Amino acid sequence: MAVDVDYTVVGTSVPRLDGLKKVTGRPIYTGDIELPGMLHGAILRSTYPHARVVRVDKTRAERVPGVVAVVSGADVANTPGIDPWYGPVFRDQAILAIDKVRYIGDPVAAVVAADRESAEEALELIEVEYEPLPAVFDPVEAAQPGAPLVHEVLKPARAFADMAHVAAVGGTNVCYHQKVRKGDVEAAFARADYIFEDTYTSPPAQHAPLEPHVTLVYIDEDDRINIWTATQSPSFIRTDIAAIFRVPLNRVRVMVPYLGAGYGSKLYDKLEPLTAYLAYITRKPVRIALSRPEEFLTITKHAVVARCKMGVMKNGDIIACETENYWNTGAYADIGPRVVHKSGYTSAGPYKFPNVKIDAYCVYTNNVPAGAFRGFGVPQIVWAYESQMDVVAHNLGIDPLELRLRHALDEGDEFATGTPMISIGVKQSLRQVAEAIGWDPPRPPRRVYPGSGPLRGKGLACGVKAVLTPSISGAVVHMNADGSVTVLSSTVEMGQGSETALAQIAAEELGVPIQKVRVHLPDTDVTPYDTITAGSRSTYHMGNAIRRAAGQIKQQLFEAAAEVLEANPEDLVLRNERIFVRGAEERGLTIPEVFAVKLGALGTNLVGEATYKTIAEPLDHETGQSKKSTEFWFSGATAAEVEVDPETGQVRVLKLVAAADVGKEVNPHHCVQQIEGAAILTLGLTFFEWMNVDQGQVTNASFLDYQLPSLKDVPPEIVALSVTVPHPDGPYGAKGVGESGTLSVQAAIGNAIYNAVGVRVKDLPITPEKILRALRAAEQS
Amino acid sequence: MGGSSAAALAADHPLGSGGDVKRTITLIVNGVERQLEVQDHWLLSDVLREQLKLYSVREGCGTAVCGSCTVLLDGRPIASCLTLAARLDGRRIETVEGLSQGERLHPIQEAFLEERAFQCGYCTPGYIMAVKGLLDENPDPSEEELLDYLAGNYCRCAGYPDILRAVNSSRLKLARQRAAAGPPTGS
Repeated sequence: MAVDVDYTVVGTSVPRLDGLKKVTGRPIYTGDIELPGMLHGAILRSTYPHARVVRVDKTRAERVPGVVAVVSGADVANTPGIDPWYGPVFRDQAILAIDKVRYIGDPVAAVVAADRESAEEALELIEVEYEPLPAVFDPVEAAQPGAPLVHEVLKPARAFADMAHVAAVGGTNVCYHQKVRKGDVEAAFARADYIFEDTYTSPPAQHAPLEPHVTLVYIDEDDRINIWTATQSPSFIRTDIAAIFRVPLNRVRVMVPYLGAGYGSKLYDKLEPLTAYLAYITRKPVRIALSRPEEFLTITKHAVVARCKMGVMKNGDIIACETENYWNTGAYADIGPRVVHKSGYTSAGPYKFPNVKIDAYCVYTNNVPAGAFRGFGVPQIVWAYESQMDVVAHNLGIDPLELRLRHALDEGDEFATGTPMISIGVKQSLRQVAEAIGWDPPRPPRRVYPGSGPLRGKGLACGVKAVLTPSISGAVVHMNADGSVTVLSSTVEMGQGSETALAQIAAEELGVPIQKVRVHLPDTDVTPYDTITAGSRSTYHMGNAIRRAAGQIKQQLFEAAAEVLEANPEDLVLRNERIFVRGAEERGLTIPEVFAVKLGALGTNLVGEATYKTIAEPLDHETGQSKKSTEFWFSGATAAEVEVDPETGQVRVLKLVAAADVGKEVNPHHCVQQIEGAAILTLGLTFFEWMNVDQGQVTNASFLDYQLPSLKDVPPEIVALSVTVPHPDGPYGAKGVGESGTLSVQAAIGNAIYNAVGVRVKDLPITPEKILRALRAAEQS
Repeated sequence: MGGSSAAALAADHPLGSGGDVKRTITLIVNGVERQLEVQDHWLLSDVLREQLKLYSVREGCGTAVCGSCTVLLDGRPIASCLTLAARLDGRRIETVEGLSQGERLHPIQEAFLEERAFQCGYCTPGYIMAVKGLLDENPDPSEEELLDYLAGNYCRCAGYPDILRAVNSSRLKLARQRAAAGPPTGS
């Protein structure tokens, strides 16, 4: 790795600014905030997957001592002055279900009481009469004409520029359809020597941040709606709450303390509309805190059925890729259309296939809503195309690494959307993981004979994701007369270390030690608009905004210092808290001295502000073609060595190598943390995490029945590698790192298992039972 | 399950449900004797958070699986989210708030800080207490003992490699501390 002689803070693993607080248990999380007279809300949830709400009888519940109010969807609908419908893409969800419920768990009524116990007791006394409606659970069935309709009407929300094109198509459960058309796949299949076609599935899963959703709302003496909430999208919450209550944006204030993580589950509206409504009608502070079982009924990772067909020539050239994917978005769209858009157009992978046809459908069903999950759908789709790449490689006897390198995109190559690639590190990532795993010359999968004992295999996979574009990050930077710096940013610190990374960027630009920088937590009264803290976008977007804002301050300092130093501002340098003439370090002033010259009073400050906005060329509706579909790409690769016991189907991951192209490591240790953490989280999703859903009923909605990876699931050897292909517009070349480690783990493991025992499991998670069944089937054939 | 109410709020609303009978118990919390009025079904995690404002005790699952609410009861880690406070009269409770001495961190906290064995920080207090339980009980655990003991503490950010390094570093720090203190006297 090159040594950055020019940077003093960026590129070093400075300790985290939140460290001391976190090891002493002192950070305040949303659920720790209490206000005088605070009430507690609780939610009654539908017991039907799809039903008309005929009647809600609240009388017995209202009599419970301590209960302040009981409300139903009808109450919400009849409250004057509010629009109860919300959602980031379609305004399809109501504060409480109005007229009909759409999934088991759909909030149908709520109680607000002096304490949680009274609220929970009252819930049980609410009587709801339902008239069941036909329900649909499978996304493929739901997409067919004649399927029961989950929503009769769709109202586009227009909250985000990248979703401005969604249409209100009625009479179907398909709420979004992403198409890509490149070349002519039919002609290519006709001349292909081989066609390989398989279907791969991913189940619904839980984000499972250890901090469940929690929101506190207080309407103050000025009628302002103050919200403390565990969210990754404070600016969006402000926008949507203002829309619901029909108030100007400055009447809503959203504050986000440290987050007990999110992984995508805490994006867009969750508890905020209902909590705000309860505060609105009671005029008291109200908190709603979800239990773990309720988490399972709030948001999930998308289940996907992905068919992938590749046309291949005898020499191994893949000339066509057709993929048709059905995304189960559940009862409310949430951000499903964006998930399907972003993962949809990358469904043919980081490859230069000449002919591509992609159809990705976002489909309503009567299941728990699905939303963004670390990777925005890309891991599900990588699972399909990277498994299929191995199918091709093994059938043609080509080294899977070689096959990938032969087709992988290089700088300047066109993506399937027609966008020329800028800063693409997929080949570098593949080569690095291959080297680290000790990639062997290609060999056929082993045959399993009775008593062959545990067998080892290696596999690899890669993937690419496009950052959300267009999007916006605003930042304000204050430099105070003593040289201390305050950064105002709406990026949420949810464990990823953004507070530290953003402080590093401010410190670098302003020539101060990082200890002198304080990053304000999101508070929409003082921190500017930011699209979301998600999608690996913050370092790039917020980093650039902070860099520009700091640059304005630096310019002001230089202009003031230039006069005193009798130099040109362009010849000045700001480093180690001093401004001096380049090449003559003794000719300089300290930062406080410059402030004294410029402003003359104690305690003054200089302010810089910048809004960083990226632009895309919208994908053509019919062909998905665009000269610029995204601001930047980030790719990753994974290699795994596994040992499979053919007697039991048990898999041990002996070694896992995860590489991510981060562009530039702002904080190298944090990059490793992100890559490792993402990879280990994805191991859980590979082997044992899935929500078991029976006719819309989640049957394992608790950690007793839904297991997460523990220390014991960490492979004995795990290696995280930062690949650094700089981006010309990234801050110092940086791109993003939060999701890259999730992209290709599942496929790499599946490919390693195939390499070990010659069977391929196509339905996640890869359980011992499925491996045994596959081995048995292979024996019989 | 059934969460409990804030005692202060329950006191404001004496007719609140869940039975009003309270008993007085004494807990020695982080070395300080505390008298508490609790109902029989109140959970220790709620009592520590709501009455004693020990917010490091965090509920993650309510089923004693995730480990976020881990505290030490007479030196042994327990899941405070499934422990009834009323049954603990006279017992000793430790939370992470009691570990550091002023600005001086406990060696385990030091190790977690140095190894950056935290990301979102939600699991960290429970993790640190579980590690203390482990190393107090078994100062030199084997890898297998260590993994078995700590498998009940989830870190969903999956900072496990950092956590493992922190546990090993904690072990060494505590060993050095013991060596510096000289041979144990008495038994």
